[in-house]
Amino acid sequence: MKPVRVLEGRAVPLERSDVDTDQIIPSDWLKRVERTGFGRGLFSEWRDDPGFVLNDQRYVGASILIAGSRFGTGSSREHAVWALMDYGFEAIIAPSFGDIFRNNSSKQGLVIVQLPSSDVEELNALIREDSTRLVVVDVDDLRVEVPEAGWQRTFSLDPMIRERLLNGWDDIGLTMRRESAITTFERGHVSPTLTGVFDHEGHALAQ
Amino acid sequence: MPSTTLFEKLWDEHVVASPEGEPTLLYIDLHLVHEVTSPQAFDGLRLNGRTVRRPDRTLATADHNVPTDPISTPVKDPVSRRQLEALEENCEEFGITVFPRGHENQGIVHIIGPELGVTQPGMTIVCGDSHTSTHGAFGALAFGIGTSEVEHVLATQTLPQQKAKSMSVTLKGKAPEGVSAKDIALAIVSRLGTGGGAGYVLEYRGDAIRELSMEGRMTICNMSIEAGARAGLVAVDEVTIDYLRGRPGVPQGIDFDEAAARWRRYVSDDDASFDNEVVIDARELTPYVTWGTNPAQVVALSGRVPSPDDYDDADEKAATARSLAYMDLTPGTPVRSIPVDVVFIGSCTNSRIEDLRAAAHVAQGHRVASGVRALVVPGSHRVKRQAEDEGLDQIFLSAGFEWREPGCSMCLGMNPDQLQPGQRSASTSNRNFEGRQGRGGRTHLVSPVVAAATAVKGRFATPEEVTS
Ligand code: SF4
Repeated sequence: MKPVRVLEGRAVPLERSDVDTDQIIPSDWLKRVERTGFGRGLFSEWRDDPGFVLNDQRYVGASILIAGSRFGTGSSREHAVWALMDYGFEAIIAPSFGDIFRNNSSKQGLVIVQLPSSDVEELNALIREDSTRLVVVDVDDLRVEVPEAGWQRTFSLDPMIRERLLNGWDDIGLTMRRESAITTFERGHVSPTLTGVFDHEGHALAQ
Repeated sequence: MPSTTLFEKLWDEHVVASPEGEPTLLYIDLHLVHEVTSPQAFDGLRLNGRTVRRPDRTLATADHNVPTDPISTPVKDPVSRRQLEALEENCEEFGITVFPRGHENQGIVHIIGPELGVTQPGMTIVCGDSHTSTHGAFGALAFGIGTSEVEHVLATQTLPQQKAKSMSVTLKGKAPEGVSAKDIALAIVSRLGTGGGAGYVLEYRGDAIRELSMEGRMTICNMSIEAGARAGLVAVDEVTIDYLRGRPGVPQGIDFDEAAARWRRYVSDDDASFDNEVVIDARELTPYVTWGTNPAQVVALSGRVPSPDDYDDADEKAATARSLAYMDLTPGTPVRSIPVDVVFIGSCTNSRIEDLRAAAHVAQGHRVASGVRALVVPGSHRVKRQAEDEGLDQIFLSAGFEWREPGCSMCLGMNPDQLQPGQRSASTSNRNFEGRQGRGGRTHLVSPVVAAATAVKGRFATPEEVTS
């Protein structure tokens, strides 16, 4: 994962609440076995609509998505995060997020900025007023800014997630440094395994 | 010892490390894998030269995109075929037990864990599917994870986790006759709202839960995620232990009794306190149907479609109007008068043997209404075989239902079982999001008995309307 310190880009106001992961990337797209190419499927059920905001020329190339409440609820599909990032989004700003989505985002380096709805509304208004305004998301200082409008807010981020974003740390590598703790735990831990439950073809041995 | 909740017990027993300022590293006892959320994880392992730490704690099955046509017909969709093949190849490469399409143990991942007895009390269980919460019915801490986390568990058998808060959801009193576990689940989601459980692990308690079979408890835990919760739990009791006895994954004979004695500890202490408590009066429940595009938009089957005017909040008004437009419903319409095109009985919410028995009981001796397509998709090959041994397949077939091969099927429409644009379904699955069952499709969530009655009447109906 690439380190993320300060993001700067144009933003697009989605202005919908309860956008679940089925809307972000419909299940049809989950059939791929690769990690790339999902951007084309982003919001695909809405993309045919010429009035849909991502089809608005003014917002082409935006890298920050401003969404409504409860963004990313629903299924655990990480493809939602891959789709948003593959499309070019680097940060999502919304009043609230689905838990698993928030977690998945942190693993990929998609920055989740949670702001009170009134702030999100203000930001929407600033962007609607002038879509060329740059939005700055500073992960180091935990600040969102529209410098040109003199608008600025702080946000909070789990300290560990912030650290990892700033350093571009990979989760598995971090855990593997605890190998000896895991081995020690396993020695003292009673819990059944699948050994002796199935034969090599998956047939159950006991009936 | 201070008294603890079931959730705290499960959590405490699985802490590998809790480094200052970092999430807790939690040990995972069982990792369930399926074809859709795993290929990129296996890819990641290969890219980094990593292996699967505990193949003996990992079990894979094909479910999400298997066609439900006879096993003899090939998988037509090339992408699905590729995912199914990739699952087999990856499991072969990394030494993981896998049940491919057509295998005697294959089925929906949340159906096969319990029925094989590999889901057991006291475990931590994860899977790259949000409805992993189902396994919580056994007093196990079970939750859905994303593909990066799948890779993390494959490589390390652990997961960094922030501890959730605990919420008790008590169903007080006994549910009236005719109210099924699915109705209780819909009532809970409707009461909590789609975000009400966020950040919590729910523990379902009270008489109405104790009275349920394991199948019913699984249905309720399954839909915890619809209320935004990470996981749902039901404490272990004799119903849990009776269900597990004799299953392939549990110890046999005297060893079973020893295991059972250990499992009985997985309950909340009497005076344990929760971070939040909700009480629902089970005596007031009735059969429900969802009318909108999120699972909290629930109405009594005897009721009417709501109106945006029923809400004061502007957001709520707009959301209601939007849902009604998508669902093509007019406020005030009696639910019973709404006709359906498709009835789907299946999914990890409601495709266990008890669900099929209940639906068959309603369908017996009747015919599916003309113009209605009705599918029954058993949750697994084991469920299917048992249903066939009991003659349920014949009841469904002679009533005009389709009897299909096991899989997720129309729950998410990744295989060819999909709604056509504009079609309306009564579905026993768990999500009614826009397009969930096929682009432009309109989904109403119901219980298996309501689904069967609805198939017969061609409109939403309760079993009494069919049998009387
Ligand atoms: S049946 Fe539906 S909810 Fe259950 S595992 Fe399959 S897709 Fe997920």
